[in-house]
Amino acid sequence: MSLLDFFRLSKPKTAEIAKERLQILVAHQRVERNRPSYLPQLQQELLEVVRKYVNVDQEAISVKFEQDDNQETLELNIVLPEFQSETEEVKDEQVNI
Amino acid sequence: MARIIVVTSGKGGVGKTTTSAAIAMGLAKKGHKTAVIDFDVGLRNLDLIMGCERRVVYDFINVINGEASLNQALIRDKNCDQLYILPASQTRDKDALTREGVGKVLDELSADFKYIVCDSPAGIEKGANLALYFADDAFVVTNPEVSSVRDSDRILGILASKSRRAEQNEEPIREYLLLTRYDPNRVKSGEMLGLEDVQDILSLHLLGIIPESKSVLSASNAGIPVILDEKSEAGQAYEDVIARYLGEERPHRFIESKQGFFRKLFGG
Ligand SMILES: Nc1ncnc2c1ncn2[C@@H]1O[C@H](COP(=O)(O)OP(=O)(O)OP(=O)(O)O)[C@@H](O)[C@H]1O
Ligand SMILES: [Mg+2]
Repeated sequence: MSLLDFFRLSKPKTAEIAKERLQILVAHQRVERNRPSYLPQLQQELLEVVRKYVNVDQEAISVKFEQDDNQETLELNIVLPEFQSETEEVKDEQVNI
Repeated sequence: MARIIVVTSGKGGVGKTTTSAAIAMGLAKKGHKTAVIDFDVGLRNLDLIMGCERRVVYDFINVINGEASLNQALIRDKNCDQLYILPASQTRDKDALTREGVGKVLDELSADFKYIVCDSPAGIEKGANLALYFADDAFVVTNPEVSSVRDSDRILGILASKSRRAEQNEEPIREYLLLTRYDPNRVKSGEMLGLEDVQDILSLHLLGIIPESKSVLSASNAGIPVILDEKSEAGQAYEDVIARYLGEERPHRFIESKQGFFRKLFGG
């Protein structure tokens, strides 16, 4: 090892960290970008329908949009209130559109 | 019909105005009649970088509002008679820009010019959106640094969705990368993102790498676009950019770190 390498090693290679952080960030940003604009409204209307039958709160419904090479999926999660189930309070329903 | 180029970045201070001045001069020097427009309404700077600040009488907003004709507002460059500058207003704000107004001015310029270079302000608001809206080509100016790369990606999203070409389902804007303020020594020592790192993330057509160079400051001090400083690395790098944009193939330069005296000594 040369003397210079020694000094270099004492410094972390921050560019690598920067790249990893950017890759995650930009991937996320691109998913957001392609997300259909109707999602918030869809979520709101679904909430209204579900509320006709079960009394859930605003946060009980989440709509996730995912995209890979050959398909786009909407993942819908409805968390039902505790008293609805004896064993496990959380029950997931999945709907793929 | 002119080709409209937007020089854009999202992030501020990365070298858009430096680049706009250099490429407009580069195109004009090749004999193409070129206009360069400052879209940074309220914070005009292009006039200083082009060295024509004392000749500004009317500005972009005056033309949009019909208070001056294009011919009255355009300033002919002192170094190149194929180059004209349309300065931004210093006293108004970005709300004075309207899509119709900008479209009309660009249309009128299109009849007479070969290239129109739009120097975008920073940000992703009205001024920046209007600067890119009518573009055919986008030069995305990026520094090898996290926030600049992220913002460039944001801008790519806007180019692909909020431009005239996107809205009218035409062929998309051609996107080019200009990696500026690049320091090969710092890349080599692992403290700065390298070309490959940036390209792994953005994967754009690379027009050129502009090295960090003291001559950029000297050029702006003197009010002469750095491309006219033919001895400087930044000047040569911009010269390459123009050649590549016009279809010539040139190998990329200024990527390798120079072996300094101490490095040789220590065998780094
Ligand atoms: N290759 C370079 N080497 C050294 N300094 C540079 C280089 N490119 C730009 N600069 C310097 O960076 C600063 C910002 O440049 P410039 O004004 O062109 O950026 P900008 O993106 O137009 O900024 P703004 O977003 O405020 O409009 C200036 O001081 C300029 O001299
Ligand atoms: Mg600027």
